[in-house]
Amino acid sequence: MSAIGLKIPLPKSRHVLPGFGLSLGFTIFYLTSLVLIPLLALVLRPFELGLDGMWNAISTPRVMASLRLSFGMALAAAVIDSVFGFIIAWVLVRYRFPGKALLDAVIDLPFALPTAVAGIALSTLYAPTGWIGSILMEHGIKIAYTPWGVLVAMIFISLPFTVRTVQPVLSEIGRDMEEAAATLGATRLQSIGRVVLPMMLPAILTGAAMAFARAAGEYGSIIFIAGNIPAVSEIAPLLIVIKLEQYDYAGASAVGVVMLAASFIMLLALNGLQSWAAKRR
Amino acid sequence: MSKRLANPTEDPLWLKLTLGIIAVGFIAIMLLLPLVLVFKEALASGVKTFFSAIVEPDTLAAVKLSLLAAAIAVPLNTVFGIAAAWSIAKFDFRGKTFLVTLIDLPFSVSPVVAGLVYVLVFGMQGWLGPTLAGYDIRILFSLPGIVLATIFVTFPFVARELIPLMVDQGRDEEEAAATLGASGFQTFLRVTLPNIKWGLLYGILLCNARALGEFGAVSVLSGHIRGQTNTMPLHVQLLYDNYDYAGAFAVAALLAMLALLTLALKSFLEWRYADELAASHRH
Repeated sequence: MSAIGLKIPLPKSRHVLPGFGLSLGFTIFYLTSLVLIPLLALVLRPFELGLDGMWNAISTPRVMASLRLSFGMALAAAVIDSVFGFIIAWVLVRYRFPGKALLDAVIDLPFALPTAVAGIALSTLYAPTGWIGSILMEHGIKIAYTPWGVLVAMIFISLPFTVRTVQPVLSEIGRDMEEAAATLGATRLQSIGRVVLPMMLPAILTGAAMAFARAAGEYGSIIFIAGNIPAVSEIAPLLIVIKLEQYDYAGASAVGVVMLAASFIMLLALNGLQSWAAKRR
Repeated sequence: MSKRLANPTEDPLWLKLTLGIIAVGFIAIMLLLPLVLVFKEALASGVKTFFSAIVEPDTLAAVKLSLLAAAIAVPLNTVFGIAAAWSIAKFDFRGKTFLVTLIDLPFSVSPVVAGLVYVLVFGMQGWLGPTLAGYDIRILFSLPGIVLATIFVTFPFVARELIPLMVDQGRDEEEAAATLGASGFQTFLRVTLPNIKWGLLYGILLCNARALGEFGAVSVLSGHIRGQTNTMPLHVQLLYDNYDYAGAFAVAALLAMLALLTLALKSFLEWRYADELAASHRH
């Protein structure tokens, strides 16, 4: 302000626009009372048990198996969705064909379709008598009511994340690098694999992280198809629900804190990925 | 035969066909087949059974409860989204990035954990539970709990749509209006709102769809009392678990139609008002 050496009388408020205090105050109040304080209630709860008590609550075979299942299958779903998500985004951005707009709109179906609806639909579809389940049954493959059912539901609900993070970046990047690669004698597959994929890596990883976070925490679509056999196909969020129904608040909180810690780590990883992507541009 | 030079960034036909078939096949099997199945199962025992399942009193009660919970949660989160976007986009302050991260937090939290945190606050073993019980106020297993769960899981929808949009638009127009003597409210109503209206509608649309469809968080807090605290998705589960597949798929079909309507409106907004939505939604 004083760069030109003139003394300009400052207005009482630092801002030209009104409503700073009101809007920020309401934002912080609403966020704190509805999200942060309840989350704090969860974070503080296991301390009642002490560290030993918390470890005892988590280290039972049933809890450990549910955490392994939720996070392991979420990782597998994230990888599978990243591969197919990239192919779908590629087809939607680079190719022209009739019905493309419709295909594009359908991608968001798992966002819009309530998870319970997806759950009963997938369960019926992959049951031994279902459209897909009966075909797989002939080859001795069981999906519904096994851990593979968990994976199928996770692939379903997480797919939009991978497509929708890759798609806008893919349509923004220019083709000059690919042209250069082609001029230098690269085959088409080489240009995609060595030029496009590395450029797309931050977006692919971001989509994968979002898909993983969503799949690990998913409940509604999974419980119908999983069969929920303890220590076999029982996911961690379901175990929280079961413990709550038994009024085991401390036990439920212990599992909840692990899930929440994983969410925080994913959020930090996503922020890290975003700043990495911003730097690379 | 004239030999045209092939575009070096154009995929060869065999690659196009392979990738195209993989993409379309995956979408058809993973996404479309479940959707088709919902409608097929809903109409499996005839249109009459479908409608009688819908007008069943417990189903109608579930529809009413879902609409009521959304009618409370969505406007609250809309006001929050506008306030958050106004403070973040129009002013500079420290910790802004951190605030944006916190607003996004509910998206990465499992819906079941969202339900759990409110049980820990309002349950009988919770922070406020015993005090509220003394005043005969019920939060859990009644409407307030369902609304809280819905607010939590739909928390960021409007805010995360408006924040990038309003940051993009800057503050010049509002500052001009303020300099010309417009009050804060006039500035918002006449300058900001016309600029953000389609983005706002987009955010509300997604927020509403999630509010009506939420299952996990609401499931933890509702208590599953048939005809009283069962929302539509919970009612689907109840019917399904009671082997009333026709009824379960009838309600599911209703929810699926709502999802399709949401997708249609969303695609329309993206296509018609692309320039007035946050950049990430432009195709």
